[in-house]
Amino acid sequence: MRWLTHNLGMPRETIDVPGTYVFDGVASRRGYRLNKLCDSFRQAGNRAAFSADESAYCDRFGLSPEQKRAVLERDWTAMLDLGGNIFYVFKLAMLDRRSMQYLGGSFSGMTEEQFVHLMRSGGRRDD
Amino acid sequence: MAEVIWALATSHVPSIGAAMDNGKTQDEYWKPLFDGYQPAREWMARNRPDVALIIYNDHANAFGLDVVPTFAIGTADHYKVADEGFGPRPVPDVVGAPELSLHLAHELIDDGFDLTLCQELDVDHGLTVPLSVYCPEPGDEWPCAVVPLLVNVIQYPQPSAARCYALGKAIRRAIASYPADTRIAVFGTGGMSHQLAGTRAGFINSEFDRWFLQAIETDPEQLAAMTREQYIRQAGSEGIELIMWLIMRGALNDRIHRVHETYHVPASNTAAGLAVFDNRLAG
Repeated sequence: MRWLTHNLGMPRETIDVPGTYVFDGVASRRGYRLNKLCDSFRQAGNRAAFSADESAYCDRFGLSPEQKRAVLERDWTAMLDLGGNIFYVFKLAMLDRRSMQYLGGSFSGMTEEQFVHLMRSGGRRDD
Repeated sequence: MAEVIWALATSHVPSIGAAMDNGKTQDEYWKPLFDGYQPAREWMARNRPDVALIIYNDHANAFGLDVVPTFAIGTADHYKVADEGFGPRPVPDVVGAPELSLHLAHELIDDGFDLTLCQELDVDHGLTVPLSVYCPEPGDEWPCAVVPLLVNVIQYPQPSAARCYALGKAIRRAIASYPADTRIAVFGTGGMSHQLAGTRAGFINSEFDRWFLQAIETDPEQLAAMTREQYIRQAGSEGIELIMWLIMRGALNDRIHRVHETYHVPASNTAAGLAVFDNRLAG
């Protein structure tokens, strides 16, 4: 484990595992509005409002232009890069009737079928 | 006097619940997992608790990212099943055990664990899937009351594995001082290895999982000594949920009896494990 000293003088642990998001407070701040939008899909009325006008709904939640583009284009990796948390982003995927296997394939450059096959073969291993 | 009679460690993958809700448990994909559950279910059904203390994490269904409690406990007499984005699971709402919840909150806070208290809480698959693993066909109501205990495993830094194990030991002390004659089962949920996001999505480490399944009984101190980074490397970014099994383990006696275990890959994107431990060893 590595320890870095940041400008506030507080030690902070950083974790660097290849191909892995560590959703920390910095990511949570970056993605707050995007995650808040996805969080709103807990209510059926909000799901309907989003589907009726996705762009306006994004504006209502104050998404950055990059976040809005990622949502409208369903750029799942970009959403995570912009601070989206998988459990929140998944609510948007559910709205599209997409599975977690579809997302797993999307994140790792595979079709859903290829990803399902990978899992049924025992999953991905580190090299 | 209250007593922990047994413990269930189990994955809480939503698709395990969906397989039950949609009558798919005998499909080729799901049959090995549910066949593996069967002996555990039969044993648990013969050893019914009054209350299940269910240690789990919310998945963006009760808590948002506006408030992130590290440890929280439900103190309500009723918990609604959450709408996670496609309507609630077709399972009964959950009946609470508020007297036990408040006793645990008081004792644990006095013991140095400053829990967040929740008087209103919608419970998601993290809690209802383990209940379904215990009791697949509850009918109109679950066969036991529930105390939900929630752990932040989503936003880093999660509580350390060592802190989780220490919380479990504090729960053991708190239950021992509960005066009512109550039979308690402790559920440790989540895991096993899995990673949902990033190019490493789909990561599974069966060797680690099988080692963990043994060590949770025989060497929990070693599991408690692992860092967050080790959990993420060994079990995947969401495999860190396994720290919740250590809260369960801490709440049990040092010596426990393994009733049954099973392990299967995959349950959607996850390695699914189950272990049941009898906590009533004589001597």
